[in-house]
Amino acid sequence: MRYLVLLTGTQPGTPPPPELMEAIMNLGAEATAAGVLLDTAGLMPRAGSARVEVAGGQLSVTDGPFAEAKEFISYALYQVRSQAEAVEWSTRFMQLHADRWPGWSGQADVVKVMGPEDFGPPA
Amino acid sequence: MSTTATREAVEAVWRIESARLIAGLARVTGDLGLAEELAQDALVTALEQWPTGGIPANPAGWLMTTAKRLAIDAHRRRIVYQRKLETIGRAQPGHDLADEIDRAIDDALDDHIGDDLLRLIFTAAHPALSTESRVALTLRCLCGLSTQEIGRAYLVSTATAAARIVRAKRTLAAQSVRFELPDPAAMADRLASVLEVIYLIFNEGYSASSGDDWMRPALCEEALRLGRVLAGLVPDEPEVHGLVALMEIQASRTAARTGPDGEPVLLADQDRRAWDRLLIRRGLAALQRAESLSKPIGPYTLQAAIAACHARATRAQDTDWDRIASLYVVLAHVWPSPVVELNRAVAVGMADGPAAGLAVLDAAVNRGELGDYPLAHAVRGDLLARSGNHGEAAQHFHRAAELTRNAGERKVFTRRAAELAAPEVSAGCRPPGS
Repeated sequence: MRYLVLLTGTQPGTPPPPELMEAIMNLGAEATAAGVLLDTAGLMPRAGSARVEVAGGQLSVTDGPFAEAKEFISYALYQVRSQAEAVEWSTRFMQLHADRWPGWSGQADVVKVMGPEDFGPPA
Repeated sequence: MSTTATREAVEAVWRIESARLIAGLARVTGDLGLAEELAQDALVTALEQWPTGGIPANPAGWLMTTAKRLAIDAHRRRIVYQRKLETIGRAQPGHDLADEIDRAIDDALDDHIGDDLLRLIFTAAHPALSTESRVALTLRCLCGLSTQEIGRAYLVSTATAAARIVRAKRTLAAQSVRFELPDPAAMADRLASVLEVIYLIFNEGYSASSGDDWMRPALCEEALRLGRVLAGLVPDEPEVHGLVALMEIQASRTAARTGPDGEPVLLADQDRRAWDRLLIRRGLAALQRAESLSKPIGPYTLQAAIAACHARATRAQDTDWDRIASLYVVLAHVWPSPVVELNRAVAVGMADGPAAGLAVLDAAVNRGELGDYPLAHAVRGDLLARSGNHGEAAQHFHRAAELTRNAGERKVFTRRAAELAAPEVSAGCRPPGS
């Protein structure tokens, strides 16, 4: 089963420390070698993003920046056997931030991607 | 954290770390069976201690330290036992071995993970073992599956699954199979054995029907993961990438290959919008890696190349059947098999018309290769139907339906037979190429 992990946080005043980036790259390489990380990438600040919206039957397109302070920072797509496993990989990922970037705060949301197992008969 | 949540967290760590743990322990102890037991004991200890004591800050490190301590304890017990047996005064090699083991495990876990994992993969899939033992031991040691999970996946009891693993360990010990990489001379055969095990696991999952326990289709993901791990460890072997490509592309069709009632949907009739684009992309990339290496490719890469022709066609009628037919010629050469000939008949029938396809099929049947293989009748039925010979076509679909042991297939063949036997309309309505 697959899990999308979406990292959000406040936009920091300084770029992330190089040792954090190095550790993130290493963890990504480890998860790739383990065959569980299918895809991952960083996301650009939302100031440069756009939003297409439907409200009351009306379509609208808005360019950033938006009022929300929270930024999308990156995403990762895992193929693992359980939610606990996706949480474990995400915990390791967030631990790197806690250890190497004092003062930063953010969150990783672990969301299950709908798969055939969600439609089949109960196990 | 609740007991269930703790248990799940322990299992998640186990799932991530167990193969490396077993591989490191096996290198140090030289005994895969013992290594697997030690790692298992570490898991049991975690399941006992973590629910009350809490999950340690570094759960992976904790598991490794615990397994290491257990390894040293086991070693000490053995030394004591030996001392009891041996006469006093004989040289005792054991006094510093505990430290040595301690260092060696650290070393193994730090620096040699890749090699150790590879040794583990080759040993678990050793040709000295029976096929079912190779599969069970691989799922156990490389995928971290419990015997209960292996039993569920293979529709056998936990006791049967456990017996397969015990037998596998016994055979390895009896044949003095060493925990090491194969000799260069034996490499090709040993690698073939590993690839076979991975593809068997994949196909077991792929053949699961919709009513099955989810543990069965999940075998596809286990095989894919294992294939990706292997591709990272031996990046210069084309067939490893070929197998990964084949599995990624086949897995991309999972959502489209069964209908709402669980009946199989033929490739030509699948809703290609439901194919998994990410897996196709990964499969095509793996295929490209296989083809870019200077070593010769083999059956897995060829099958992946054929699967890729289907994956690239956004509509069934866009399929490059000429290329598929040519690839089957090469495949039939490197891997002669009746099933390959049957598939070649289908491809030639699509590329050059039903008469050409029937000629390939007749040749295979005349060589006595296909016997009463149900799909041979279904393929003949389809080729005859496309030649306009609906009556005979219907008969062959009937025969295919009689012969198959798969309920879903039987449903499809019976429907085709009925459509063809019905006056004109329905049979004539099928678009070309379906």
